[in-house]
Amino acid sequence: MELLRQRQIINKAALALSMAAMAFGLFWLIWILFTTLELGVAGLSLDLFTKMTPPPNSSEGGLANAIAGSLLLVGLATALGAPIGILAGIYLAEYGQRTWLGRTTRFVNSLLLSAPSIVIGLFVYAIYVAQMGNFSGFSGVIALALIVIPVVLSTTENMLNLVPDSLREAAFALGAPKRIVIMKVALKASMAGVITGILLAVARIAGETAPLLFTALSNQFWSLDLNKPIANLPMTIFKFAMSPFKDWQELAWAGVFLITLGVLGLNIIARILFRAKHKL
Amino acid sequence: MNATNQSLAMNEPTTTLEAQMVFKNLDFYYGKFHALKSINLEIFKRHVTAFIGPSGCGKSTLLRTMNRMYDLYPDQHASGELLLDGQNILDRKVDTNALRAKVGMVFQKPTPFPMSIYENIAFGVRLNERLSMYEMEQRVEWALKKAALWNETKDKLKQSGMSLSGGQQQRLCIARGIAVKPEVLLLDEPTSALDPISTMSIEELISELKTEFTIAIVTHNMQQAARISDYTAYMYLGEMIEFGLTDQVFIKPKKKETEDYITGRFG
Amino acid sequence: MSLTHNSIADVPAVSHKFGDWLFFNVTRAFAALTLVMLVGIIISLVISSWPALQKFGFGFLWSRDWNPPIEQFGALTPIYGTVVTSLIALVIAVPVSFGIALFLTELSPVWLRRPLGTAIELLAAVPSIVYGMWGLMVFVPIFSKYVQPLLAGTLGRLPLIGELFSGAPLGIGILSAGIILAIMIIPFIASVMRDVFEVTPAMLKESAYAVGSTTWEVVWNIVLPYTKVGVIGGIMLGLGRALGETMAVTFVIGNSSSITGISLFAPGNSIASTLANEFGEATPGIYTASLIELGLILFFITLVVLVFSRLLLLRLSKQEGTKT
Repeated sequence: MELLRQRQIINKAALALSMAAMAFGLFWLIWILFTTLELGVAGLSLDLFTKMTPPPNSSEGGLANAIAGSLLLVGLATALGAPIGILAGIYLAEYGQRTWLGRTTRFVNSLLLSAPSIVIGLFVYAIYVAQMGNFSGFSGVIALALIVIPVVLSTTENMLNLVPDSLREAAFALGAPKRIVIMKVALKASMAGVITGILLAVARIAGETAPLLFTALSNQFWSLDLNKPIANLPMTIFKFAMSPFKDWQELAWAGVFLITLGVLGLNIIARILFRAKHKL
Repeated sequence: MNATNQSLAMNEPTTTLEAQMVFKNLDFYYGKFHALKSINLEIFKRHVTAFIGPSGCGKSTLLRTMNRMYDLYPDQHASGELLLDGQNILDRKVDTNALRAKVGMVFQKPTPFPMSIYENIAFGVRLNERLSMYEMEQRVEWALKKAALWNETKDKLKQSGMSLSGGQQQRLCIARGIAVKPEVLLLDEPTSALDPISTMSIEELISELKTEFTIAIVTHNMQQAARISDYTAYMYLGEMIEFGLTDQVFIKPKKKETEDYITGRFG
Repeated sequence: MSLTHNSIADVPAVSHKFGDWLFFNVTRAFAALTLVMLVGIIISLVISSWPALQKFGFGFLWSRDWNPPIEQFGALTPIYGTVVTSLIALVIAVPVSFGIALFLTELSPVWLRRPLGTAIELLAAVPSIVYGMWGLMVFVPIFSKYVQPLLAGTLGRLPLIGELFSGAPLGIGILSAGIILAIMIIPFIASVMRDVFEVTPAMLKESAYAVGSTTWEVVWNIVLPYTKVGVIGGIMLGLGRALGETMAVTFVIGNSSSITGISLFAPGNSIASTLANEFGEATPGIYTASLIELGLILFFITLVVLVFSRLLLLRLSKQEGTKT
């Protein structure tokens, strides 16, 4: 009896601690999101989307050039990285299950998936920026694309693996050659999952700052020239938040709010899409 | 013409029998496992041939040699000869895509592609023929009518093939298979995932289809084999134990093993 | 007769051989590109940091000098900062994440499991710059005003570990960076742990409950041993993330390139924060090369951690595969 009581006390204590941990975790996260919401919404205005980033201590200004630059960088990086990731994912799932290249790529990809993004930035600096002699929007696109590839690759592979082989066999049984079986049947069957992967990749690079430090850099003015440094939200936030100027800090909060909203929004859309598909 | 064939011909003198596919000493291996042992067999044109036997006997494997489905898996291979209209399809030079356009297949579970009903049927046709839009519509209608699915689907051809019921999906797969106008249709336990009513409609369908197609069906349901097939092959442990007219195999089997299986003493 | 009777060899089908061959090789080339990327990163970083590698040799790793004006560089301070902040993060994040995963798999009412699990996963997706900025603007002032004096007054008086909690309560510093990192990786580790716990077969847990075990005993004696490989893998994955994190750290670590003592209150620098702060101003030549060498060291450290974690996670999924 004594032993049983002791065991029950330990159990209760452990479970209480577990609940405390949950509360602890949620406490910080709610606080962070709340602050972002509070200060971010306060900084929202139409100017944010129409005016350029201001010099310090001017009352007028927005993030228009940074928002446009970010959209451009993220859009191009996705357009560049997603097809590569999809094709490589197709190789892993459809051809390379048991080959040396397949196995090695799968492993290396899992490493790249969590490799520090700042190192990706350094890599692009070394192979592109240093060679061309100047920071540029295009180098930022490459750096972000290199982050997109592993994300899209691994979701594509996983999604294709979920497609039952019977579906592939049915297409082969009609005389379809392999590439058509893959593109028109297998990939189509896993489309929702692949799009989910692309959305998650977009969400991931939308907030990435480190790879842009040595590539796209930043720009105070409106510019969509990919051969020059280009304004973007994360770098602008970094600069403004670290500054002592009140108005810059307010803009930084507004920017952080926009990014958080975008990233969480994309994640939620991706989940809904994936779940809707997989309930069918 | 070998001996079996002559004796069969004597039993059914009114129909002229023409062999569509001929197995000659066919052996099949999964890696080192010897799954089919020296199979000799003829499949007759525009008749239904049923393959029965306990699970693992090699009946599905046999079916999968007939369109070389095993080619998809590197550790599986076949040796011997398997003639389709006189040509050995095991020959490396044979284009498997073209072969499979002539030998269609329907699987245990319905496998509608993730596209509309119309596109499901047009998929295979597009691979082999260039048809005008009108011709394609005609072909889809023809195939759906053949598969007794036209009335149920003519108003919703744009809907996803996956929105159909299980039995409808399986008929869609049959329609998809015959839309390509194959000569042979392989059915691998096509009703095992279906309810009795859907099963009945598929069985009726098979009886109608044999006027135009050569049909080989694997089934573990002996009543089904008895109901729909003209010829029956009983297989056990990778060997062809008995082959003959269905009535003869079921009523007067020549081999003791066949009798035991059919009467339920075994399997 | 409606059927055509061509022999298979002259069926008019386009030969698909070339198309298939091309498609196969295109996909294979892109898969190979991923491999090339890893090798390319290492080679390009080695080449770019060559001047520094040559000049400082292995001494770079344990030299504390970081003096751009006289072109003397050593990586000890940033390496120390990287390792210590990550360790602090793990010390805090691992038990909390374990508790969260335990709550989500065993304790939470069923209707709450999915929303809470989703919330945790979503929070793992919040960009790190958000954590960094929040850390600097909100956390640091409160931390220096209330928490640091409290720590100094309690833990700071203990022998041995007292040193760690001494010094001026600046707010920014190694401890703050570690805490912000911890907050950032908690959702990450927690969701991996939860996934890993769910691998445990229900039958195994039920058998343990059937002999009268309490929830805690089932988790501690059955679930944890069964999944320990995956749990460690998940922790390592979190560590990999903490080691390479740039933004969450740069905002709050204080950016000081000299170690003055072992106090965790002191400002410091991690490899990533050094790169983020100094790369833009670095003069080409030995300074830039030294910074790139820092990046190379960071890549090497994280690679070791990640390889280890992936191998462990792979082992768990294989084990799962053979059991089902």
